[in-house]
Amino acid sequence: MTETEVFLQQVIYGLSNGMIIALVALGYTMVYGIVELINFAHGDVFTLGGFLALTVVGALGAAAILDPNTLSDSSHWLLLVGLVVTAGLFCGFLNVAIDKVVYKPLRRAPKLTQLVAAIGVSFILVNIALFWGGAPMEVFGGGNAAAASKDFPEILEGSNLLGEDSNVVLRLEDLAIFVITIPLMIGLTLFVNRTRLGRGMRATAQNPIAARLMGINTDRVIAATFLIGGFLGGAASVMWAIYNNTISFQMGFRAGMDAFTAAVLGGIGSLPGAMIGGVLIGLIRAMSDQYIETRWTNVVVFGVLILILVFRPSGLLGLKQREKV
Amino acid sequence: MSSGAPLLEIKGIVAGYGSVEVLHEVSLEVREGEIVTLIGGNGAGKSTTLMCASGVVPLRAGEISFAGERIAQVGGGVRADLLVPRGLVQVPEGRRIFPRMTVLENLMMGAYTRNDPAGVQKDLAHVYELFDILKKRSSQLGGTLSGGEQQMLAIGRAILSKPRLLMMDEPSMGIAPLLVARIFEAVKELNRSGLTILLVEQNARAALRLAHRGYVLETGRITLSDDAQKLLVDPRVLASYLGE
Repeated sequence: MTETEVFLQQVIYGLSNGMIIALVALGYTMVYGIVELINFAHGDVFTLGGFLALTVVGALGAAAILDPNTLSDSSHWLLLVGLVVTAGLFCGFLNVAIDKVVYKPLRRAPKLTQLVAAIGVSFILVNIALFWGGAPMEVFGGGNAAAASKDFPEILEGSNLLGEDSNVVLRLEDLAIFVITIPLMIGLTLFVNRTRLGRGMRATAQNPIAARLMGINTDRVIAATFLIGGFLGGAASVMWAIYNNTISFQMGFRAGMDAFTAAVLGGIGSLPGAMIGGVLIGLIRAMSDQYIETRWTNVVVFGVLILILVFRPSGLLGLKQREKV
Repeated sequence: MSSGAPLLEIKGIVAGYGSVEVLHEVSLEVREGEIVTLIGGNGAGKSTTLMCASGVVPLRAGEISFAGERIAQVGGGVRADLLVPRGLVQVPEGRRIFPRMTVLENLMMGAYTRNDPAGVQKDLAHVYELFDILKKRSSQLGGTLSGGEQQMLAIGRAILSKPRLLMMDEPSMGIAPLLVARIFEAVKELNRSGLTILLVEQNARAALRLAHRGYVLETGRITLSDDAQKLLVDPRVLASYLGE
């Protein structure tokens, strides 16, 4: 492998992981934009999305029916899209339920109370994942120990898309991440800018009282935000699962930390910021793994977080000024 | 002076935030076609009164009716977002425009609940006629406007909600005197074209000159109410609010 090939390979890794991080980061940034809450449970909602996806695969017996030799078979893609939608909806409605039960009654409470509540929800979800992981189901490969990582079956398998001779590897999973994530991001952007509910969201984020005085049902807008944020997190969990072929009750912790860093890097509250921040964090991780050392990667990523917080607290695309009063 | 049917009736409302009671049995009435002003010092409860009428601040006692229907009472009432389509519209204190939306987008937020695109376009043209600066700045972000321009934007946005009653909270606050005159002129024009207005002001003289009737609110109680012309020469008002 030449230097250039090594670099290109890291770019591919970085982009794929970065897209997943970006999807999760969108959930953080959207919720923060609307209710000014860092939803620390978001990463764990993502985890449960992975567990649901694996359970669905097991229930369908898909692990058995998926034959790597039928690569051209569109059923693989159909299964993937089905899982993305199922996990997405599950996480979306879970997120809405969490908001209704926990965050909504605390909406007027001090920020610290809300933050502690979010951390509490995070612990609850992690333990649900542990419990779920201990369920005696066939699909949970890697042993039935609750805390053990579970194998996630290879849904898309195949040879190097760049050809067998190429040293740089582009897998079908990489492609799947691009073709699912990019439309989701474009769709979200169009939704927020072009639809009535999307305009209501932007208005609520910018000034909730004024939004109510415009006749916007802000409760519905907030629920929609949690729904969409959760959906993107659920979709991301399936990508993560097919990319890494494993899930664990802790997967949301790391992904959540990366995504939170990405959201802050891009400018918390900014949708394009979260997308760019996610891809950047993915690339930084990949480059650090390759050119520094894997064990230093977390140091690099969180070093970046600290540098942003010190020198540019509003992030790359963040809003430097609040409205004039 | 016109004296139509009562459009807004506030009866003995009590409201506050947490353990602080801001309004102690406030009552006032705005009749169809009137400009009524509510004057009073800082912290008297003027904004809270409007927020109660808009359904944002809940009542602890009393009730509010709009166009003959009860819209707020203890333990509930009509949700804030459902009052706007009925024509109860507020231009809030501090403008509260959407800083990261363009001027045009801000104006269109006013029309959020409307389903009559033709009517909206007509009202938009009317707003541009009233405040031509908004047309010039239509693609500029709301947050980049000056205070006076933001106030015009907030009023324009409210007009696009198709109000029956326009409640304005301190439209002169923090604005250059020349623009204040322009804004008050616009209020007068709107009223002449049939809009009922409840104007909350600290600038008592300007408000009373414009209004038909006035109420004086002091620490959560209405202490005076009369024709605006009479309040302008009332010694108690002169001493407390007109600086004489």
